[in-house]
Amino acid sequence: MTSQLTVTDLQINYAGTSILQHISFSLEAGEIACLVGPSGCGKTSLLRAIAGFEPISAGQIELRGRIVSGPDKILPPEQRHIGMVFQDFALFPHLTVARNIAFGLRKMPRGQRRQRVDELLRLVEMQDSRNHYPHQLSGGQQQRIALARAMAPRPDILMLDEPFSSMDSELREQLARDVRQLLRKDGITAILVTHDQNEAFAMADHIGVLGEGALHQWGTGFDLYHRPADRFVADFIGQGVLLPGMIINDKQVRTELGIVTGDLEPGEATSPAKIVDLLLRPDDVIHVEDSHLQAEIVARAFRGAVYLYTLRLESGQKVLCLVQSHHQHEIGEMLGIRLEADHLPVFRRHTSPAT
Amino acid sequence: MPDSPRQQQTLISTGAVLLALLLALPVIVVVSYVFVPTGEIWSHLAATVLPDYIINSLLLMLGVAIGTLLIGVSTGWLTSMCQFPGRGIFEWALLLPMAMPAYIIAYTYTGMLDFSGPVQTTLRELTGWGYGDYYFPDLRSIEGAAIMLTLVLYPYVYLLSRAAFLNQSICVLDASRTLGNGPWRTFLFVALPLARPAIIAGLSLALMETLADFGTVQYFGVSTFTTGIFRTWFGIGNAAAAAQLAAGLMCFVMILILVERYSRRRARYHHTSRRHQDIHRYSLRGMRAVAASGFCFGIVALGFLLPATQLLGWTVSVADQVLDARFIGLVSNSLELASYAAVLALLLALLLAYSQRLFPGKVLQGAVRLAGMGYAVPGPVIAVGVMIPFSFIDNSIDGWARSNFDISTGLMLSGTVVAVIFAYLTRFLGVSLQTVDSGLSKITPSMDEAGRSFGYGPLQILRQVHVPMLKGSLLTALLLVFVDVLKELPATLILRPFNFNTLAVRAYELASDERLAEAAPAALAIVAAGILPVILISWTITRTRRVAVTRDTP
Repeated sequence: MTSQLTVTDLQINYAGTSILQHISFSLEAGEIACLVGPSGCGKTSLLRAIAGFEPISAGQIELRGRIVSGPDKILPPEQRHIGMVFQDFALFPHLTVARNIAFGLRKMPRGQRRQRVDELLRLVEMQDSRNHYPHQLSGGQQQRIALARAMAPRPDILMLDEPFSSMDSELREQLARDVRQLLRKDGITAILVTHDQNEAFAMADHIGVLGEGALHQWGTGFDLYHRPADRFVADFIGQGVLLPGMIINDKQVRTELGIVTGDLEPGEATSPAKIVDLLLRPDDVIHVEDSHLQAEIVARAFRGAVYLYTLRLESGQKVLCLVQSHHQHEIGEMLGIRLEADHLPVFRRHTSPAT
Repeated sequence: MPDSPRQQQTLISTGAVLLALLLALPVIVVVSYVFVPTGEIWSHLAATVLPDYIINSLLLMLGVAIGTLLIGVSTGWLTSMCQFPGRGIFEWALLLPMAMPAYIIAYTYTGMLDFSGPVQTTLRELTGWGYGDYYFPDLRSIEGAAIMLTLVLYPYVYLLSRAAFLNQSICVLDASRTLGNGPWRTFLFVALPLARPAIIAGLSLALMETLADFGTVQYFGVSTFTTGIFRTWFGIGNAAAAAQLAAGLMCFVMILILVERYSRRRARYHHTSRRHQDIHRYSLRGMRAVAASGFCFGIVALGFLLPATQLLGWTVSVADQVLDARFIGLVSNSLELASYAAVLALLLALLLAYSQRLFPGKVLQGAVRLAGMGYAVPGPVIAVGVMIPFSFIDNSIDGWARSNFDISTGLMLSGTVVAVIFAYLTRFLGVSLQTVDSGLSKITPSMDEAGRSFGYGPLQILRQVHVPMLKGSLLTALLLVFVDVLKELPATLILRPFNFNTLAVRAYELASDERLAEAAPAALAIVAAGILPVILISWTITRTRRVAVTRDTP
């Protein structure tokens, strides 16, 4: 069976400099993938290349086994049978909601077209707005219409470019879940671009982390968090600190805080060195009143249910620790801690001290 | 000095309203003739000349509409959305024809295409034909006038449609393509409908100028409202009939104003995107690129390069006879009039704009808007609107002086420079008002408040915040009115004092006498001055684009 989308060793140059190189991944029918990365990492360019707006310099892009982009050939966007939801929705302001949705259905017989529009309006729960114009809708409603319009022609793949970036942060996760449900209901293959990892966690089966023009890791949210492939992913996904340590065996690492036990997850592929940096997540560090391990509180941030404390160890090394917020501790106090990690991501030691 | 701030406010507001109404007087006078029942004159006009005026004006508008739409929209699309050799130059060069007043391009082309002109002479030399052996189209026709007006008025449509294409979220065009539409379908079904309000707004401006044109149609002998007003006033000496015609012309203008306002309001809805993507221009290659460059070059050549070169050639050939003390007199007359009018218009605009800012109110707003409407009013209409009240005042004073002191005061207002400048103020106040207003709107009330919070008094704020921020707008307002006055023909022609000439009037008179070469130096001076605002506009549009592009990178 061929994949819905296969990207092979893709490279994109822009004005002489390479902005993306060696990008390879594939997506099966019905899967939802997400590209995350800091702004300027090239994720929107990658999406636009898949859509056919951006020429590529090397490698190839296949949609359902057909090569649509190569260094010498490019199939124009209108012939790729894709759907796209734009960051600013890009609804046609001169058309009503219903005619916006019908815009991509011009080859369909009239009756069928009407049926499909009704179906989508029902799907996004916007039946009452069919004759409204885009400027009469709220941001969230416009977003749903943009989604419905892109889904209407049943594209082989649906692309979403930062679809929630203009929403309030409270709305975002809710919308991300709603959209995921809609895509699932229609069995649509989708690829989404965002800089917000929580959005990616809420939406995607697979997440690709892009940084500095390279695809650092392609995996599930769980993998990215607990088994980061390299320091970049470790740094970009979630919070944490890198603690110097030494590998004892494949279950144990010795650190300043004693021996940590868990599954060793060597990042950066083969790392034969015994001297490593261990990624410690805030949830790996647990507060226990009467622990013999004590660390000084240097900063704290209130997060509602929990406090995030920044602690300083004797060596000056800092670690992060989540503590339920009914435990109140002041800056300067000593906090008793214990390590409880299931996964031990380790990276070859850098010469410069990690922060 | 009134004691309470409240009284002070009433005084200033009332003063501003009266001032605005005074400046709107010519418009009010003419429009009031729409309602004055002069059945006899009207039925006489309706039976004789009126159908001609209406039909000719409509035909002219139709021709200009088709021409400016074709040229303006296509060049707007090419320079904003396509990449081809010379695009960056054509972007501003396409504005150059704005520097050519229609009457000047009209007589230049007449000279070039005449039997003895360079085109027909070359044709005869090449073919060996003689007089009467071949057909050559006559430029002096309604079609010719439409072509001439199109060549200098398409920049209005170009400017507004180009801005609309650039303002469209590129995502909207991309969205259309992901939904299965190629570039042509995208242009027809998305880009064009979205830009329609802006295009119509540009078109109505071009048509207002068409209605206001006097020099071209007069020179070509096409009877329209403007030439009719001129003839009725000077030839028949019938003020009421001229005013009635002016009122009829105003009806057409009003319709265009309403269309323009409505289109601009709708244009706001057609702009949903807050974020712009980088413009990915369609890269034209091979024959297409050559065709695009050739088309743009052809338009610039026809609208500016060819006539400007011809004018330059004529100027050089007659320089030693024409460039004398008399010519310097013309220049200084023109410069004086233009400077007075520009400075006065700026002061009045500042006064009205600040009154409005300090004491916002419906009455004042309405009065200021009325005063600013003069820009849409054709010069001959303004002239009539100035002459009627001014000569009434003159006659009244003269009559009173005669009966009481037995002396004649003569004409104190009408037939003096005062009348000319008053007409300019009425016609061009709108230009400076709009410029000053847009400058003031950038100074938000919270900036005033911020200044106050730092302990600055109102005058200090004026000096430290408003003046530096407004400086650019004030200079722009001065320049625009200055150049508009230099180019103005019909109102000057009607209102000027006896034996008082300006560059525009002299160029027109010489051209009417078929002394085309001798008219060239004055015309060339006007064109040269006209280039200044074109530079200003092209500088503004390329600058705003640069801002848009830097903001784009996500």
